Amino acid sequence: MHRTTVRWRRTPSTPNTTIARANRADFDRESVRVVNLMSAPGAGKTALLERALADGLRDPRVGVLEGDVRGSLDADRLSALHVPVTQINTDPGFGGECHLDANMVRSAIPELPLADVDLIVIENVGNLLCPAEFRVGEDARAMVCSLTEGADKPLKYPLMFRTCELVVINKIDLLPHLDFKLERFVENLETVHPGVERLLVSARTGEGVDGFRDWLVQVAARAPAPA
Amino acid sequence: MHERSLSQAVDTALRHSGGRRVSRVDLKVGALRQVVPTSLEFYFEIAARQTQCERGAPRPGTCAGARPLPGVRTERELGAAPVFLCERCGAACDVVAGDELTVESIEVEEGAA
Repeated sequence: MHRTTVRWRRTPSTPNTTIARANRADFDRESVRVVNLMSAPGAGKTALLERALADGLRDPRVGVLEGDVRGSLDADRLSALHVPVTQINTDPGFGGECHLDANMVRSAIPELPLADVDLIVIENVGNLLCPAEFRVGEDARAMVCSLTEGADKPLKYPLMFRTCELVVINKIDLLPHLDFKLERFVENLETVHPGVERLLVSARTGEGVDGFRDWLVQVAARAPAPA
Repeated sequence: MHERSLSQAVDTALRHSGGRRVSRVDLKVGALRQVVPTSLEFYFEIAARQTQCERGAPRPGTCAGARPLPGVRTERELGAAPVFLCERCGAACDVVAGDELTVESIEVEEGAA
């Protein structure tokens, strides 16, 4: 018996990639566009959605898929707006997954009102690392980063900041009260992801939220992105 | 972080290696993939395989984009800081490597034991 090394160039397809493609096919069949919204815990994803959807977004018709480790606190907040909300918990007992993967989203598809919406916003689990690595079948990726997280975050989590086409900078109402240097943050963001679209918002006061709503409208009107 | 899933993917790919016993797998994993080599090796050990995990050299840095200086086409490796701007002209860099995840080669056992 002898051993031979064989040149064997392959790019393995991960189970996640395969399932993400299947999700995309299901969304495309119903002409539904999907946004994967990510951030660190507490950055204000739910608050941003509350504000964006409360001020009236009927066209496109938006549904939310709410990913949380446990509980339905966020989903409860959003369902008060009469927006269809579907909950996924990643926690089978005590402590669950730190991100949504394609298979978790797949398990929720039968519960999504795909025939009644034009756009699904998937609110991912709060985390700046893992969600960036897992496609779930989305057309567009956006993230929220809040001032209180600090200006260095793009440098610490470059993949997350690079993988999103929109960075929503939230809590700008706090700017006068913090040492946060906005120009420093923008400089770091430009270093990691040159030219990325960014919005300055306060989900609390509503400032700038129009821009996020406009972006949602624009994504809903797009042709499907390649899976 | 998703090393287990990657291990499974490689394992699935190896099933198409002609039924020969695979004694070693050489992977190239780009440094932009957030993959921890020791963790990947750990999961391969669970799969009872001998592996050598190599971290691919990321070479983001071909100066291209909106305002390239004439004649600048040099590549540079991404250092410790994730700077995706050209050091000379400040334009956005094209990432030319670092996203890859490939099985480069496999070592197979042939002949009678």
